[in-house]
Formats: sequence, C-alpha cells, structure tokens
Amino acid sequence: MKLALRHGFVLLMCVFALVPILFVVSAAINPLGTLASTDLVPHGASLGNFADLFSNDRYPFARWFLNSVFIALAASFASLLLSMMAAYAFSRMRFRGRRVGLLALLLIQMFPQFLAIVTIFMIFTRVTELYPAIGFDTVWGLLLLYLGGALGANTWLMKGFLDTVPKELDEAATVDGATHAQIFWRVILPLVTPILAVTGLLAFIGIMSEFIMASVFLRDPESKTLAVGMFGMIAGDQRNANFGMFAAGTLITAIPTVGVFLWLQKFIVSGLTAGAVKG
Amino acid sequence: MAHDAHAAADTRRGPRPRREVTTAFVVSRVAVLAVAAALLLYAAPPLVADGSWVSLTLLCAASAGIAYLYLTRRFVPAKYLIPGTVCLLAFQVFPVLYTVSTAFTNFGDGHRGDKQAAVSAIETGSVRQAPGSPEYALTAALRDGELVFLLVDPKTKQVQAGSGQGLAPVTGAQVGVTGKVLRAPGFTVLKAPEAAARGQEISKLAVPTSGGVIKANGLSRAVEGRAALVYDAACDCVNGEGGPWKADEARGYFVNARGDHLAQGWQVNVGFGNFTRVLTDPTISGYFLGVFGWNLVFALASAGGTFVLGMAVALALHHPRMRGTKIYRIALILPYAMPSFAMLLVWRDMFNRDFGLINQLFGTNVDWLGQSGTARAAVILVNLWLGFPYMFLVTTGALQAIPRELTEAASIDGASPWYGFRKVTLPLLLVALTPLLISSFAFNFNNFNAIQLTSEGGPFPAESPQVGATDLLITYTFRLAFGAGGAQFGFAAAISVFIFALVAVISAVAFRRTRKQEEVYA
Repeated sequence: MKLALRHGFVLLMCVFALVPILFVVSAAINPLGTLASTDLVPHGASLGNFADLFSNDRYPFARWFLNSVFIALAASFASLLLSMMAAYAFSRMRFRGRRVGLLALLLIQMFPQFLAIVTIFMIFTRVTELYPAIGFDTVWGLLLLYLGGALGANTWLMKGFLDTVPKELDEAATVDGATHAQIFWRVILPLVTPILAVTGLLAFIGIMSEFIMASVFLRDPESKTLAVGMFGMIAGDQRNANFGMFAAGTLITAIPTVGVFLWLQKFIVSGLTAGAVKG
Repeated sequence: MAHDAHAAADTRRGPRPRREVTTAFVVSRVAVLAVAAALLLYAAPPLVADGSWVSLTLLCAASAGIAYLYLTRRFVPAKYLIPGTVCLLAFQVFPVLYTVSTAFTNFGDGHRGDKQAAVSAIETGSVRQAPGSPEYALTAALRDGELVFLLVDPKTKQVQAGSGQGLAPVTGAQVGVTGKVLRAPGFTVLKAPEAAARGQEISKLAVPTSGGVIKANGLSRAVEGRAALVYDAACDCVNGEGGPWKADEARGYFVNARGDHLAQGWQVNVGFGNFTRVLTDPTISGYFLGVFGWNLVFALASAGGTFVLGMAVALALHHPRMRGTKIYRIALILPYAMPSFAMLLVWRDMFNRDFGLINQLFGTNVDWLGQSGTARAAVILVNLWLGFPYMFLVTTGALQAIPRELTEAASIDGASPWYGFRKVTLPLLLVALTPLLISSFAFNFNNFNAIQLTSEGGPFPAESPQVGATDLLITYTFRLAFGAGGAQFGFAAAISVFIFALVAVISAVAFRRTRKQEEVYA
C-alpha cells in the first residue's frame, strides 16, 4: 500500500516533468507546424519542421547552432582552466594578499555580471569602435565577456575540492624534481577530474541558455546564438506560425547538452553535491 | 597574515635549486613572448590612431608586465592568478565600478554627449528655410571623387558649387531647360539613378553660408536654411523660438522661463539624485518596494519549492523495495537536459490564452499571464519545473551518503517515520545542502530569464505601465535601460547599485549563518 503511494507520487511528478517535453516533441513533428494546431498527442508525424529549420533563409539555424556550441565549449573550457589555475595558487601556495584575494572573490561572485549590463554595453560600444574584431556581433567579444565571470564563479568551489586532495602528492612530485607547472598539469589536473566535469557541465548548460548579455551583444543574424536567434524566431506575430520550427530547434539544441551530460556522466553524481545551480 | 608571511619567508630561505633548461621550458617562454607581442601589435595601432595615450601606456605596461612575469622564475602564484584576474578586472570589476559612477549621472537618451555636442545638435536640428531665400535647382556632382552640389539660382541663373567648405562660383557650366546643370568643367555630373544611390550622402551634406546652411530638399532642390535656435556663449543660453533657453547645469538641459526644456541635453553629474529618486519619488518608491517584495517571494518560493519537490521525489524513490527507479530517474532528469531558455518560451506558449495547451487540456479560457495572480503562480510553477530535477539529483546523492542505520535505529526506538525524517534525515540533508540552497536563492533573486522569457514582467497595470506584476528588480532595470520608453542609463545604474547592496546584505547574512567560509581559510 505504502509502496503504491510512493509510485503514485513519483508517477505524478514524472507526468509533470514530461508533459512539456511531450508537447515539444508533438509540436516538432506536427506537419502543420503552428502553435494553434499542436496538441499533446501528435495528429501526424513528419520531419518537415526539421527540414524547414535548415533550409530557411531568414533564420540561419545551423549557423546559430555552431556559434552556440563553439562559444559554450570554448568559454567553459577556458573558464575552467582559468579558475583551476587560480584555485591551485590559492590552495597550494602561500603568498601575500592570499586572504584578501579569497575574500574579494567571495564578494565579487555575489554580483552577477549582467547587473552591470548597462555599462558593459557602453564599454563595448567603445571597444567596437577600436577593435571591430572583438566588438558587438562577434563571438570572440562575447567569449571574452563570459570569461570575465570565470574566476568569480568556480574558484571557491575548486579550491575547496583541491584542499581535500592530499598535499603529500605534490610534495612527493617536488622531491622528484617536478616544477610547479608539471605538478599542475600532470598531478593536480588528473586528480580533480570529477569537479572539472561537473563545473564544466554546469558552465556549458549555463552558457547555452545565457540570454541577456547575448541579446544585447549580438544583433546581426549571422552572429546570433541559439538563445537569441530562437527567441527572435517566435517573437511578435511569428509566434504561432513558427512554433513547429522552434520546437524542432529546441530538440536539436538539447543534443549537445545531453551529449556533454553522457560524456561526463560517470563523474556527475560524485561531483554534483559540491554545488552550483542551473542557469 | 602572519602565518602567510612566515611561510613566504620559508620558501625564500636557502639556495634555489638549479633547474635544467628543458625543451618545454624554452617553448613555453617563446610562446608567452609571442602572445604578449601579438597582443601589443594587435591592440596598439587603433589606440595610436585614436590618440588614446593613456590606454596605450596601460597596454604597453600590461604587455611588458606579462612578458616579465612569465620569463622570470619569481612570482609563481601570480603566474597562476593573473590570467583569470585580468579577465575579472576587465569584464566584471571595471563594469561594476563604472556602473556605480554612472549611477551619479543622468546619462541616457537626451543626455548622451557633452554640452558642446548638445549645442551643435540643437542648432543643426532647428534649421528651417530662411524667409526670402532662393530655392536653388540642385545637381549632384563629383569633384575629385568628392560629392558637391551644383546650385543654380532661379533668378540670376548663376551657378555655384557648394561643398562642406562653402560656396564657390563656377564658370563655363551648361544649364539645361529644367535648371539642372548638364555639364561643368572639372565636375562629373551624376545622373539621376547615380544620385539616387547616394541619397543618404546628399541629404547629409550641409553647405555653410554666411547666415546658415544650404541643404538638399529631395534630389533636385536645395534651400538655404537658418538655425532657429542659436547658442550664445555670452549668456550661456540658446536664443530663438520659445527662448531664451538658459543652460541649467544641474539638470543638463536648456530651460526657458516657463520651465520647459529643449529635448537635447547633455550629461551632467546629478549627485545622489538618482538614488533619492528611487526612494522618494512616489511613482517609483511605492513600486520599488512592491517589486522588491515580489522578488523576495519569487526567490524564496523557487529555491524552497524546488528543494521540497526534489527532496520529496528523492525520498519516495529512496526505498529498498522500490522498483523501476532507473526509469523514473531518467524521466525526472529530462527537464534538466532541455535548453532552459527554449523551455521557458515553450511554457509561455503553453499558457497562451488562445492556442495554449493548458487551456486546451482543461477546457478553460483563462488568460494565465494576463492577470497578476495567475501570472505569478505561473512563473513560479515554470521555475519549479526547471529547478526540481537538479534538487532531486542533489538530494539523491546526499541521501545515499546518510547511513541507513540511523533511520533504522530511530524507527526501532519507536519514532514514527515522519518524526524520524524530521529529526534525523532532514537535519543531515540540510547540513550538506544549505550552501546550495543559498546559492539557489541568490541565483533566483536575479533570475532574469525566468521572467523575461515568460511573462516579460507583465501584466502591466493601466496606471503604471512601467512596472509589471511579475517584474523582478533585474527585469525592471533592464527595461529602464534598454526599454521602449527611452534609455535611462543613469537611473538604471542606480537601481543596479541598489540590487548590488541588497544581494550583498542577503548573502552576508546567509554566510554568517552557515559560517562555511571560515573553515575553508585553513
């Protein structure tokens, strides 16, 4: 009886979790491709929406997809490296200003970068005049901008994890004549893979869905990311007509996330409890 | 600190061991030098062209600093800290400081440039056709590739060439019956389609004259205009229509005796004006408190709700005789794998009144996002859907770390399951998950996407179209800065500073309570 109750509750939650996804799938294979004609249970099945998505002149979906995956992969790799290096210094070395630096990071990470969106917009207006290659409408500029948040977000987490890795390991390496760089690359990095996997996954998911800065930053259709581009796809009076295409795009967007998820899966459960939230 | 200094002294003592010069060593040094040089080569020329000598000096110093830092064997910690710190300073600390300083100005639409720019914008914007001035027949032409106007006076038939430098007489030009110049020595006359292609350039060209400027009116007429408003440095005012307009340095506007101001102003320092406006202006302060209150409710409901839901599911599955947990788990995690921005938009359309799934399923006709109560419930529900899988994952992990003997011991001692959960399981879970709950709260406090992509802050009451029922502080700020009602960057920055302060206070209180950070210093 009690077991039945448990199953009932879990099933209810599964329905809650799956209904919107079912709706997306149904919309994506809906031959009519409009919001109004989409039901929870699909009337027919066709891949027309997927075909439209890639053959459409107004919405360069494939380009957006590449932009997003490139930015998300590059930014999460680079930010992992930057914050891992900082965490290594904070955890293993003693230097003047260490305490102050740690406290400053704690303070800074409380301020989400996009709160300064107004001035970031003003700063990059100037940068665009001077260096168009890293200004508005470029993936490189956005990448740099995301790296600005790298140190604040993950350093504490990684330092905490690194503190649990026995110091004797790198001391042994030092005795064997390893330099600090060799210790970092050959000893520390392999040991912290679980936390790297988790923060990497979270950073990847966060950047794939980042909307506010990208929407201010990217206005040229060719340079948009999926979040900005697909938002425009169902903006205004396009909302009803393009819904099938949008749903198809949503399913395709989930592929890289699921891919990264599967790739890093074995580390996830041990690392997740170390904490962070979905963006 | 004393401990740190001591440790540092330790490493300095004794002879530094000689190290071999390996290939990796040489390659890495060369790479660093190359990067520093490339940085300098790429970044310097635009700064030189622009004459930004301060920035140029900073850039050279930075490149030299990087080269030195990675070539020397000293300053090992800095080698690891500098890359991240540079990004942090440039794209987070500097913008935040800049935000704080912008909050003290009236920067925004109508106050973008300095006073000189405002004066010239006012003067050129007020140009009208001077009474009694001739209407010239205009022919666009090129002289050495530069666009010039060939102007024929309708009465005297005299031909003049007008460029950005002024008017000059032209001799030997052949004028057609329509008054257009057919050809002139030294000029290439543009044909109609060629002129049309340069329409923007033509409408921009202003030929200065003694009393005003000659501007094109279409492609074949040009008129002499005079500025209706003229700046007079002696009285620091603008004379003309409706004036005199006196410069008001406190507000950054030209104001006349009736208290009206010209649309174009300039950027001035307004001190704490923006901050007092948030607190004292009744049309803002009332809503500000309302928005803040809803913001708190939203963040608490999101963080708490996702935790309770996620934990409930995890507990339900956490039973030795529970079957099919693997399949359940995959189904429950799926929302987490979907791109959240797209799913937010999907939820928005599911709540749509006319075609939305919710109304279809339940046979209702409710405008879910159109009424403040249902809209608020809707955005929280959507956020629960997005957030509970994560909490489920995390609690599952934490539950497995709690030894089963503890709960079994409690039940043997006669505790009811509920009592055992409350006194044993929950406290242990909270120890592990409190830092996560705090960061989830802080994240949702500024959860821009969850609002902007679903309700966009709406519904907006008729009496205050600026502030919607589901607006968070951050979406409200975003609309102030980039919204349709004209950009108010200064004011938006002031609200950002308020949010900074609120987030800092809330986080400080939360961290004091957990005291987590202290043990990490060790």
